[in-house]
Amino acid sequence: MRPALVVPVALFAVVAVALAVGLGLKPREIPSALIGQPVPAFALDPVENFGPGLSNEDLRGQVTIVNVFASWCVPCRAEHQLWVDVAKTGLPIFGLNYKDTPANASAWLAQLGNPYQRTGADRQGRVGIDFGVYGVPETFVIDHNGIIQLKFIGPVDRVALETQILPKVRALQALVQPAPAR
Amino acid sequence: MVAELGHFALIVAFVIAAVQATVPLVGAHRGDDNWIAVARPAALTQFLMAAVAFFALMWCFVHSDFSVYAVYNSSHSLKPLVYKIAGVWGNHEGSLLLWILILSGFGAAVAAFGNNLPPALKARVLSVQGMIGVGFLAFILFTSNPFARVFPAPEEGMGLNPLLQDFGLAIHPPFLYLGYVGFSMAFSFAVAALIEGRVDPAWARWVRPWTLAAWCFLTVGITLGSWWAYYELGWGGFWFWDPVENASFMPWLAGTALLHSAIVVERRDTLKAWTILLAILTFSLSLLGTFIVRSGVLTSVHAFATDPARGLFILAFLVAVIGGSLALFAVRAPALKPGGLFAPVSREGALVLNNLLLATACATVLLGTLYPLFLDALTGDKVSVGPPFFQATFVPIMLPLLGAMVVGPMLPWKRADLGPALERLRFTFIAAGFAGLVVYALVSGTSLTAAGGIALATWIILGGMTPLAQRVFRRGAGGADRLRALPRSAVGMSLAHAGIGVVVLGLTALLTWQTEKDQVLRVGQSMDVAGYTLTLRSVGPHPGANYIASRAVFDVAKGGAVIKTALPEKRAYVDSTQVTTEAAIEPTLFGDLYVVLGDADGTGGYAIRAYFKPFVHLLWLGAALMVLGGVVSLSDRRHRVGAPAKSRTPGAAVAAPPARAAT
Repeated sequence: MRPALVVPVALFAVVAVALAVGLGLKPREIPSALIGQPVPAFALDPVENFGPGLSNEDLRGQVTIVNVFASWCVPCRAEHQLWVDVAKTGLPIFGLNYKDTPANASAWLAQLGNPYQRTGADRQGRVGIDFGVYGVPETFVIDHNGIIQLKFIGPVDRVALETQILPKVRALQALVQPAPAR
Repeated sequence: MVAELGHFALIVAFVIAAVQATVPLVGAHRGDDNWIAVARPAALTQFLMAAVAFFALMWCFVHSDFSVYAVYNSSHSLKPLVYKIAGVWGNHEGSLLLWILILSGFGAAVAAFGNNLPPALKARVLSVQGMIGVGFLAFILFTSNPFARVFPAPEEGMGLNPLLQDFGLAIHPPFLYLGYVGFSMAFSFAVAALIEGRVDPAWARWVRPWTLAAWCFLTVGITLGSWWAYYELGWGGFWFWDPVENASFMPWLAGTALLHSAIVVERRDTLKAWTILLAILTFSLSLLGTFIVRSGVLTSVHAFATDPARGLFILAFLVAVIGGSLALFAVRAPALKPGGLFAPVSREGALVLNNLLLATACATVLLGTLYPLFLDALTGDKVSVGPPFFQATFVPIMLPLLGAMVVGPMLPWKRADLGPALERLRFTFIAAGFAGLVVYALVSGTSLTAAGGIALATWIILGGMTPLAQRVFRRGAGGADRLRALPRSAVGMSLAHAGIGVVVLGLTALLTWQTEKDQVLRVGQSMDVAGYTLTLRSVGPHPGANYIASRAVFDVAKGGAVIKTALPEKRAYVDSTQVTTEAAIEPTLFGDLYVVLGDADGTGGYAIRAYFKPFVHLLWLGAALMVLGGVVSLSDRRHRVGAPAKSRTPGAAVAAPPARAAT
């Protein structure tokens, strides 16, 4: 056997190992540089009639969810009912209305229901950029210190809600509330 | 019931494939004619069963049987019939079934028409083909059953991704698969030859038509995909160096190299080991393409079904097929006796250069495609390798190839002088330089690079035709007879080479003179692009079968006179949340006017993007010429399947296998 003839099979072995490792990786999960960072400073007026407004100060003191939405965003419509349902449990959900017109945003919330305790109208998308938003919808879980703990890109479905977002919220809430005295 | 019938047929096909993979191989080894004879009926029945399964699934789609999960998941009762049928392969399970149907179809074709093959070689080829079939049938049966039921049956399907509801894309996968799977024939012949330990000119004569046919299909498939991206994705891009596109481009590059090296084996009985290796690599890259698309190891705008469990199965299969065949190659290749010698400057030498450059180009594409994966696996960093990498590496490799592809066919076999060959090309060279200079001087906005591109394209187109012209226009009468007597393979080569030149011309024009304009228009306002005036007349709803569109009406005017109406749309599909852009593409002699309707700004204005894409149709024309060249070459008497060679009998050219006495 000539050594040169082994080269193709050896190269393929390297590729195969990389592919095997690659199977365990998740290229779609893009790590957000903002995880573990405090939320950017901002203060926004509410979407008309769906106040009060939203600022970074409102994201302290309790575990909150910030949901970035827009009336022009079709997947937002798909996930919206889920947030309306979650809001009934009393979990504070804040809405960041991204690059939207006031009239459209109001009409949208009036029609589909308002799950948000506070809303912020980010008409120019500046706050969205500070949050690292690059596609709507996106959802952030923020702890009581105002630190971003989880970022979810794309529409949330029930599975993602039950397996990723709510467990994170509960874990953070458990950290905040001191264990009851025995 | 029909679904169960299809499922049953698949299981039968699996069992038959297992028989086909083993019995004829053992028979060929032992020289047992009865065992060898199993290959033919097995291959034919396997194809029949795959066809039953395929049409059973198609029946479920056409009748919108949503109790079948694949139908529920990718069809909808409102979908037009053609997309219900296309929906069969618009999902993971069905596309695999299509793959299996084509694979067994190629096997059946060898079984039915390969009567001039030595029986032992035919048995081994069909055995290897059966092994690939076993792998794919096991994959579909154990991980991706297309006939799985859902209970309770849903009332309505989820719908096919609207981006995929398009005629060009509906017929894109079958062509792509015909190409991918067609290369399995070259692979099976290569492995069979390694097992026999012998490659001779007759072997190459059998392999070449299969490779050529697969190459033609793959060319059509890639072009359809590119054309689809051009008119459907909404900005007129036609190639993105996306992993999924690269996955189809790599086998094309390797297959092109294989086509050329097989000529050397056929004519000169040399380069055998390299040709075998290329045959293995070409099909391996096709399999790798499947892996990349189906497993989710790489992100892509096109990946639509990803599942790590399936990925693991395909990976195991890849290791068995590619690793196994390459290991066999390492062990058996030394047994292949080298044939005729040749000087570096010769037809053989030129084809070796072609192979080196194509293989290098293919390797850079592979590297760029897999690099993000390697880096992620080693360091956890996420990168994406984009067009700049491919343009910086791929283009410089292709340029010498494009320049040399005109010279190669001018060289005689064995030993040649560059001088006389270049002498015969002097008019082509002058014409090419002249074309570049004229365009540079006369057309404003032409860069030196663009002039070089025009010259190169002219060089390739005219150079492709030169050998034909010189055969026909010799001194003396009888030019018409000589034209008729031209070998089809020579005509085919000239057409295909000229097609490459046409593509280069189209690319150069498009990259140099494309114009683009973004503007917000209200109804009644107009904008200018490339000498055309677009006036927005109205924007209104326009219902379709399973979507609602907003459609804009534009008057297209040139020189003050309205010559056309452009109707770009945005479609919202009822069965999906996705919105698609339907650009209005108005073809003109000098290129396409490409108009896209964007979002409303809420105050009565619409964001409008308009492009002028000069000579973009040359890309499709060039690809069509390449395919035409392939088809003409296929019709050459030497390649016709089953046609006896004129001058020598196949039996004489092929020594009988060691275990069998020559009959």
